[in-house]
Amino acid sequence: MYESMRGFPTSLFGELDRLQREFDDMFGFSGRPAGIRSVAPGTYPAINIGNTPTSVEIYAFAPGVDASKIEITLDRGVLTLSGERPNDLPDTNDKVSVYSRERLGGSFRRVVNVPDDVDPEHVNATYRDGVLRISLARHEPAQPKRITVQ
Amino acid sequence: MNEVQAADTRQDLTGNTSQDTRALLPRVDVLEDDAGITLLADLPGVPKDHLELKVEGDALVIEGSMAPFTPDTLEPVHAEVRLPRYRRSFTLSRELDASRIEANLKDGVLTLRIPKQAHAQPRRISVQVR
Repeated sequence: MYESMRGFPTSLFGELDRLQREFDDMFGFSGRPAGIRSVAPGTYPAINIGNTPTSVEIYAFAPGVDASKIEITLDRGVLTLSGERPNDLPDTNDKVSVYSRERLGGSFRRVVNVPDDVDPEHVNATYRDGVLRISLARHEPAQPKRITVQ
Repeated sequence: MNEVQAADTRQDLTGNTSQDTRALLPRVDVLEDDAGITLLADLPGVPKDHLELKVEGDALVIEGSMAPFTPDTLEPVHAEVRLPRYRRSFTLSRELDASRIEANLKDGVLTLRIPKQAHAQPRRISVQVR
């Protein structure tokens, strides 16, 4: 009866991308070698990593988490973030029909390799609007020295 | 994490492509009870002022864009989330009262409550026995 709730106006490309995503979820990956600690695509939370000249920035897209319960540890070049996303659905009972359960949650752990020049004393983490941002400062690089020719 | 929902970015006759408005399709949970429908959507990165909820005819459109949170000098190394916006739409059936939708956005989780029209709530019909 509520089929129409699930249907939505979509273009052909949207459907092909959805098919691709479901295929990838089942059969993984593109064949290129993956990091030894990498996880299946679509794992919660998704992570983006980037570099600035002075830091390494890690963004974890983790909505619905209690920030005080997230654990972040840095050990020998490996940053681990773990926590739990509690189930936030309203109580279900006989009178509730569930049409769609797509959101991911539960216990999670993700691991990121960070380069050697990261300074473990200067790591900063903030959580806002469901995104956990971890900023790791790099050690000051050695100043290039100019050598004059006698 | 999410698939891409492409907008129609075809070229028009002069060869100009329209602006890239591709968006991620957010994951949702949808539940129904006697009084209405509850929809929960994961929209990490979207603050309240970047969220748009529209009802156009019988379609409910959820759109959210992420507030910029990356430094200008950032060079991406690994990106599992590649677009800064979400979009998803649903057709609402007629017994849902779109004018009384309640929405709550916290920590990237959008909770919508769409009640049914008052007269559409289930009524128990008693059987007269003669």
